[in-house]
Amino acid sequence: MNILDFISHQQYRDILYILKIAQYVYKGIFTTLLYSILAAFLGIMLGTILAIFRYSNNRILLISVKVYVSIMRGTPFLLQLFFIYFALPGILKINIPIFIAGILALSLNSAAYVAEIIRGGIESVDKGQFEAAKSLSIPYLEMMISIILPQALKSILPSLINEIVSLIKESAVIGIIGVADLMRRAQIIAAEKYDFITPLCVAAVFYYIIISIIAYIGTIVEKKLNDRSN
Amino acid sequence: MIEVINITKKYGNTEVVSSVSFAFKIGQVYSIIGSSGSGKSTFLKCIAGLEKLDDGDIKYGNITKQKIGFIFQHFNLFSNMTVLENITYAPQKVLKVTKQDAINEARRFLKKVNLDSSIENQYPSSISGGQKQRVAIARTLCMKPKIILYDEPTSALDPENTAEVLNVIKNLSKLEKLLSIIVTHHMKFAQNISDKILFFDKGQIIEENFSKDLFINPKSTRLKEFLSKVRKIDEN
Repeated sequence: MNILDFISHQQYRDILYILKIAQYVYKGIFTTLLYSILAAFLGIMLGTILAIFRYSNNRILLISVKVYVSIMRGTPFLLQLFFIYFALPGILKINIPIFIAGILALSLNSAAYVAEIIRGGIESVDKGQFEAAKSLSIPYLEMMISIILPQALKSILPSLINEIVSLIKESAVIGIIGVADLMRRAQIIAAEKYDFITPLCVAAVFYYIIISIIAYIGTIVEKKLNDRSN
Repeated sequence: MIEVINITKKYGNTEVVSSVSFAFKIGQVYSIIGSSGSGKSTFLKCIAGLEKLDDGDIKYGNITKQKIGFIFQHFNLFSNMTVLENITYAPQKVLKVTKQDAINEARRFLKKVNLDSSIENQYPSSISGGQKQRVAIARTLCMKPKIILYDEPTSALDPENTAEVLNVIKNLSKLEKLLSIIVTHHMKFAQNISDKILFFDKGQIIEENFSKDLFINPKSTRLKEFLSKVRKIDEN
């Protein structure tokens, strides 16, 4: 039995062409995932610290966090990326490698959004939990880490998953400074073959699969959290 | 002795506690009565340091903040922790007690509040209101308090659970060297358990007296009105 018994020569050639493009583009999955997951991890860490600072009694910390969040949310991500990769080396007189610049830009940007998500989560926790911790003289940081944030997690998890999904999509921008991620690879092969349709469609399929898997993992984790608290 | 000196607490422009002064003696039981919204709970939270004062001062003598326990109306057990974790967390983190010692103490106090150790691995969502409040009391006792402040500890409970919790509070109040201040709507209970009763109205202590005298011989018109309403409810 031969595959050509079922499809025409032209169709066979088209499939080979798509597979060849996919073979080149898919190598960007690892890069996209590396940047997105590392940036998501750092963004959640920094965002959590910012949210905790925001609830402390220190006015300087509070104002600093507000200004930071406002700037990061009020300026385009592309501008932030260019600033870190092109402008910051001039100011600090150091060379910033593409990898560091990409991770830094993504995680600093994400942290601002995560801080707001966690702030909402903290506000959703019953005021009585704060009062109980205070009445037992539990230190602020201990209270946040062991009592408030675990309770906030349940309500913020869907938003956090959304943020990770956004981050994966936004990471496509870092191709501009030369990172060979999914999007960049699709662009390279599009320019080489003078064909934009196939490489972009292939990249879209890969992005869609990655994001669907992340969303599915999020649903499972959310369900497990709900089961535990019930 | 705890000396409350001229304290005022405002929410926005509303004065909830207005220039209140009082001296509480260690080893005694005080009840605070009054209608809802009279400022009793806010006054109690001011003493516990849970509310910032707008004016005045509270002198605690040699009693540190750690030695003031607070029992809440809605229990406020940490919902992400089991009963045992709820009780042992603060002693480990604040008093730096070892985990095993904290667990031993927790079991001792669970017994003291008439709770079976079988509930220690359950989460607060799976136990009854009365059990939750008794766990909250055990959690406070594990911090070795010198003062326990009770904010309407039974108002969220059914009659059966109320009796259980009041019984525990009654037994604790007999402990020497412990100051108990109880905000309550149970007049009979207040009368039986307290050395002194304070009547609160519009953010101020209108009248204070030894427990029986306050009920038998009220002086202020406001307290007379309040007691007559309470009696009518009891009669009905």
